[in-house]
Amino acid sequence: MNHKIVSHKVMLLPMLLVALGMAGCTAVQPWERGELARTEMKWDPDPMKSALRDHIYFSKEGSSGGASSGGGGCGCN
Amino acid sequence: MLKSKWLCSTALMLSLITNVSWAESDAQPAPPFSLPDIYSGESKTLEDYKGKVIYLDFWASWCGPCRQSLPLLNELRDELGSEYFEVIAINLDQNPEDGKRFLQKYPVNYPVLTDTTGSTPQKYQLSGMPTSYLIDQNGEIQGVHEGFRSSDIDKIRKAVQTLMRQGG
Repeated sequence: MNHKIVSHKVMLLPMLLVALGMAGCTAVQPWERGELARTEMKWDPDPMKSALRDHIYFSKEGSSGGASSGGGGCGCN
Repeated sequence: MLKSKWLCSTALMLSLITNVSWAESDAQPAPPFSLPDIYSGESKTLEDYKGKVIYLDFWASWCGPCRQSLPLLNELRDELGSEYFEVIAINLDQNPEDGKRFLQKYPVNYPVLTDTTGSTPQKYQLSGMPTSYLIDQNGEIQGVHEGFRSSDIDKIRKAVQTLMRQGG
């Protein structure tokens, strides 16, 4: 019984910390995405160079995929 | 229980398949605004253009589709004339100089206003960039257009011409 109470309290603290941390999150409005559209915010500022590098890497490894990810950008339609 | 789950999933699938970029809305009064012209600083309001069909276009220099929309809207405005129709562009750049630099590459003949605070897009409940609102001669929103592709200009032209005819 005491063990269960202690484990609940132990779980409560990290959850509280996560909840407090998330209070700093905010939604970016569509018209505020200008900063996210900057070149410096791109995951990949030079797509052609990355494509060449990926081609060389995957050729050597004899594998493909798993190197890219999305993110940043203006989110325009 | 199973039937309601099936109905929900079907409704969700249908909503994902449907791709509507031009939506007619139930007529609601367009929220008023008073914004400065990006060049002269002279304050302009929506009321100044009452009696005309208005195509209100929210744009920014960092918006890729705007590179297509501005020149095409300029052509449309020149084609239909400014006596009964007007395009009003509201630039949303935090620094209007970015908007002016964009306009040097893509100049337009219609009024370009600037809103650095974001209050006007909030009033219009903007959900994406770019977004445009078709406003009739009585100041009511008749359509909302989200996004822009060059093929959209034909739909826009037809919608504007329809409203111009209805207005007499």
